[in-house]
Amino acid sequence: MAAAPESADSSKGGSFLGWIDQRFPLTSLWKSHVAEYYAPKNFNFWYYFGSLALLILVNQLVTGIFLTMNYKPSSAEAFASIEYIMRDVNWGWLIRYLHSTGASAFFIVVYLHMFRALLYGSHRKPRELVWIFGCLIFLLLMAEGFMGYVLPWGNMSYWGAQVIVSLFGSLPYIGGTLVEWIRGDYYIADATLNRFFALHVAALPLALIFLVVAHVMALHEVGSNNPDGIEIKKYKDAQGHPLDGIPFHPYYTVKDLVGVAGFLLLFCGVIFFAPSFGGLFLEAPNFEPANALQTPPHIAPVWYFTPFYAMLRAVPSFAGTQVWGVLVMGASIVVLFFVPWLDRSPVRSIRYRGPIYKVMLAVFVLSFIALGVCGLKPPSGIYPTLAKVCTILYFAFFLLMPWYTKFDSVKPVPERVTGHA
Amino acid sequence: MNDEVDHSRRRLLTAATVGTGAIGVAFAAVPFLSSWQPSARAKALGAPVEVDASKLEAGQMLKVVWRGQAVFVVRRVKSSLDQLGNHDAMLADPQSDDSAQPDYIKSSGPARARNPEYWVGLAVCTHLGCSPLGAFEANNSFQVAGADLGANWPGGFYCPCHGSKYDLSGRVFKSMPAPKNLAIPPYAFASDARIVIGVDDAPKV
Repeated sequence: MAAAPESADSSKGGSFLGWIDQRFPLTSLWKSHVAEYYAPKNFNFWYYFGSLALLILVNQLVTGIFLTMNYKPSSAEAFASIEYIMRDVNWGWLIRYLHSTGASAFFIVVYLHMFRALLYGSHRKPRELVWIFGCLIFLLLMAEGFMGYVLPWGNMSYWGAQVIVSLFGSLPYIGGTLVEWIRGDYYIADATLNRFFALHVAALPLALIFLVVAHVMALHEVGSNNPDGIEIKKYKDAQGHPLDGIPFHPYYTVKDLVGVAGFLLLFCGVIFFAPSFGGLFLEAPNFEPANALQTPPHIAPVWYFTPFYAMLRAVPSFAGTQVWGVLVMGASIVVLFFVPWLDRSPVRSIRYRGPIYKVMLAVFVLSFIALGVCGLKPPSGIYPTLAKVCTILYFAFFLLMPWYTKFDSVKPVPERVTGHA
Repeated sequence: MNDEVDHSRRRLLTAATVGTGAIGVAFAAVPFLSSWQPSARAKALGAPVEVDASKLEAGQMLKVVWRGQAVFVVRRVKSSLDQLGNHDAMLADPQSDDSAQPDYIKSSGPARARNPEYWVGLAVCTHLGCSPLGAFEANNSFQVAGADLGANWPGGFYCPCHGSKYDLSGRVFKSMPAPKNLAIPPYAFASDARIVIGVDDAPKV
């Protein structure tokens, strides 16, 4: 018999894998994204956080699915159903603490992951889309974190939602209608909780998974950056593999497992010994049910939002509206998207940059941390002034970047990645 | 048979199909977007609320719930009523020109009330919707939520979230996070001290 189509490729012989490969690109996907994805050999500590973020995403999905099995998304039952999970459901406390601590861990890891990009210029051409997908993931994570925080229907859930939803009310003309549309009632009510639940467990996770896939695909298209900020594709061996690259599997899968072990040590430490983390991961007012008539004495969002919240508070109302604070807070996120084009330095990595960038990055990190502290504290004493100064420094880092990165001195960049063998 | 493709005809048909489809998508989106608006039940629960304020002593306040929002009803002390007009220079919007209130409140001047003795206003900070606290002690260092309101505090409301201060008529002071005075809902007196919140006119009883 003449060659049948299915036997055209003899290498995919009669094995089960061969049968699959003729119908689905399993082996080629595995090779191109894992076994033969060549990553620079000089990855350091900062390169743990991408794979850790993926691990936490899986943790959030799995624990989240199990939480929905006992959670009731109604204003009458939500708070009690969380108590039920904590006290009566077998291992419910563990599943919930994995989820609540996972949320904070997600932001820690993502902030460090983003800082890595600023250190080594991972956002620079040709990785702009990797960065932009990452910024979108960050934005969605903030929405996930916010809506997830509303679900336990504690008093801080309620008033946090009240404050954040009211932000949209400051927009001219459409504000009032928009807020009513988001809430689905004249106040934060059952309808609001129910739709936040739908978004938190279905819509946003789907979008998040899609963006994570896009983030990784964009990365694998252009190849990973590295601490030297140079392209490894310039020098290749006879097979066409980069001389300074090593296959992601087994080299980096094994390396990342070490990172996972270290992470789990800290993560489990928090879960078992300090799940509320001194009121930072789970705030005290949230241990009492939502009360529309009683604002907690001091409203502070969970720690990962406080830098942005501090910027919101730092801007006074002007011309009869407080929309300016909202715009500044929005701009503090939007400006991130433009970093690949704001950075005009001829080198990528901080290793070969001059002193100005190092100082600016240090000032930026310190002001971001200071803003986080300001956002946790009541708006009195030194904090309002500190928040104003740090807001200016935060924006100075980004908006002055085209100039200081251009005029900053640079060191000669090596041809091949540095570090031993 | 002619194998040549009429590209301009193809473009026109493609554009027309895409355009028609887009209009269809826009129409199909309406029910979904509209489903987020307050439901018929939510609207029905937003009915007016009646309050009997006669049990309030001077200097006391009560909160009632109307449409899920707290509404202050304050019975003001005569002496503080007289001082209300004295600090206009310190206020952001002393005439309430930019603030939300029914038209019939305007004529009452600094009192901002249909009956100056009873002040009615939403307990919703105009900054971000927190619930301000009543801090009525005038000219007194008043500790509320850890914030010292100072020796010259004329009495009024203090928002614990972001530190906005309002006077006894809910008028915001200058340079506060809150841009506007506390909103006043529509209300009417059914008798001397029976207040109906949510309507402009109430039948007298």
